[in-house]
Amino acid sequence: MSRRFIPKVVTANRLREGDVVYLTADDRWSLLHHEAELIEDEAQANLRLLFAAAQKLYVVGAYLADAKAGPNGPEPVHFREAFRTRGPSNYAHGKQADLV
Amino acid sequence: MYSYSEFDEAFVRARVAQFSQQVERRLDGSLTEEEFRPLRLMNGLYLQLHAYMLRVAIPYGTINPRQMRQLAHIAQTWDKGYGHFTTRQNIQFNWPKLEDVPAILQALADVGMHAIQTSGNCVRNVTADHFAGAAADEIEDPRPVAELLRQWSTDHPEFQFLPRKFKIAITGSPNDRAVTRAHDIGLRMVRNAAGEPGFEVMVGGGLGRTPMIAHTVRDFLPKADLLPYVEAVLSVYNTLGRRDNKYKARIKITVHETGKPEITRMIEERFAELRPLFGGNDQKLLAEIEEAFAPPAFRVAPTDAYDAFYKADPAFRAWADTNLHDHKASGYAIVTISLKAHGETPGDATADQMREIAALAEEYGHSELRISHEQNVILPHVHKSDLPALHARLAKAGLATANVGLISDIIACPGMDYCALATARSIPIAQEIATRFDALDLEHEIGPLKIKISGCINACGHHHVGHIGILGLDRAGVENYQITLGGDGTETATIGEKTGPGFAYDEIVPAVERLVRAYLSVRTSQEETFLQTYRRTGIDPFKAALYDGEDSKDAA
Repeated sequence: MSRRFIPKVVTANRLREGDVVYLTADDRWSLLHHEAELIEDEAQANLRLLFAAAQKLYVVGAYLADAKAGPNGPEPVHFREAFRTRGPSNYAHGKQADLV
Repeated sequence: MYSYSEFDEAFVRARVAQFSQQVERRLDGSLTEEEFRPLRLMNGLYLQLHAYMLRVAIPYGTINPRQMRQLAHIAQTWDKGYGHFTTRQNIQFNWPKLEDVPAILQALADVGMHAIQTSGNCVRNVTADHFAGAAADEIEDPRPVAELLRQWSTDHPEFQFLPRKFKIAITGSPNDRAVTRAHDIGLRMVRNAAGEPGFEVMVGGGLGRTPMIAHTVRDFLPKADLLPYVEAVLSVYNTLGRRDNKYKARIKITVHETGKPEITRMIEERFAELRPLFGGNDQKLLAEIEEAFAPPAFRVAPTDAYDAFYKADPAFRAWADTNLHDHKASGYAIVTISLKAHGETPGDATADQMREIAALAEEYGHSELRISHEQNVILPHVHKSDLPALHARLAKAGLATANVGLISDIIACPGMDYCALATARSIPIAQEIATRFDALDLEHEIGPLKIKISGCINACGHHHVGHIGILGLDRAGVENYQITLGGDGTETATIGEKTGPGFAYDEIVPAVERLVRAYLSVRTSQEETFLQTYRRTGIDPFKAALYDGEDSKDAA
């Protein structure tokens, strides 16, 4: 029996700045995890990853990250991805500053 | 102090120009990321968790005030106002934008600095004793030899694509402050029976997923033979090193799989071939480098002001007791500026702090600075009569923390707060431990104790050689911390022993407190250090403190 597919978001870093970004359903790259497109189907996830990988002038290192539905949109499942949504814990730098 | 030659400067500027074009071509799409990645790594530029990271070389940890000011300028202009000094005696900038990196490299080149060979499978930044040129126990300043190795290894055509990265550490003292036994090649200066200086050559040390203490392959190598001998070691490794499995590609595995007698034989055989080819040119160059590293003109002056201040001011005395070390020149001291203020990020310095440190080096320290692998900054030559004034200035800049060698002087890698390879965070653990023991007011009572924290198995935080080592891992999607005890990075180097199951994030600091309280309860006197106690008692009392009868959770 095949393994149950865990929903995904497509994430990457911006080429110019390095910022963590997420692919939205309308093909934008957002700094906000909850704006990401939550992909429930494995084939669709792979298609969206291919789309992201083709955005070579905008992002680098695109991959699929596990996520779950939350009240305000997708939420990260793993602590690594949770850290990527907000920045380092020692300074209010990166996203913590950008999103204020 | 040594400054780069015209050849060096032209070489560095040519690299900046070359990489600037490569960045342009990446940004306009002429280069793919697959094509660009090895090029950026050759110039010290990584893509980390939240941003790019630029690793700048500080060869053998030696830097001058002008260079320190330029690092401050870079931090303020192109980063977020601070830099992070690393366990490799480098500095890392955590937030550069790709399009700004050429300007940063240009600014570095303006002061004779660069980011070359701070990444890749080549000979990395050569590290050295951070008290080099100043230590009372030093046989010779190891930096001229380190500089010779830097020049020899930079863009060496044979050694740009080694099986894996290659790290060389060197100390001019019998006391090892450069963790030489945990490097691919460790060099420790010794004297032979005739009193001549030479090197004990150690090969195959390293931490990471397979921690190993280096084997001594030569008890005494004449100083003049060093370069061909090092080249022989590299040559043998380049031939035998595993390229089929990156986890088995380091020379420590080669030494282990080949066996010390056979690898020693091969090194000696290759050395016999190489030695005549050098023809003395290396020694001519070394003599020129040594001249440039001539010690400053030390002054002779009374130290009464220092003695009086030491007696009268408890804060100064506490700082002097921990942050000063013996200097080779009478009346002088080596000053360690702690970058470990309680609750701050180990190794970070703001642009303002960097500028103040540069100014202090000029005013009180013969314009010399070192970066230590323990993530602190050293003023190697300060006359004792200047120490009260220096201490006052450091205190004003938030740089007078009296904790060098104590429990809050923690080595911590960037961990999962920054590093793409990390499996757990290091920095907040270090911050919490420092804050906890500061609040308990136990730090000076505990005495010398080295805590080292790594956020993954690659061990950039040197946890294997920490008296208390902490390794952050991902256990089923949860941060988990393993503890090792009894590690030692000095001339009596030892890999720490794993205590047992790991601890969850919110359990690790209480676990460290239990360990320390166990030490305080079983030490024979205040003079018996944590490491001495551990070696006397073994692991049992510490395991009992960690796991018996407490509410420790096995999060593993």
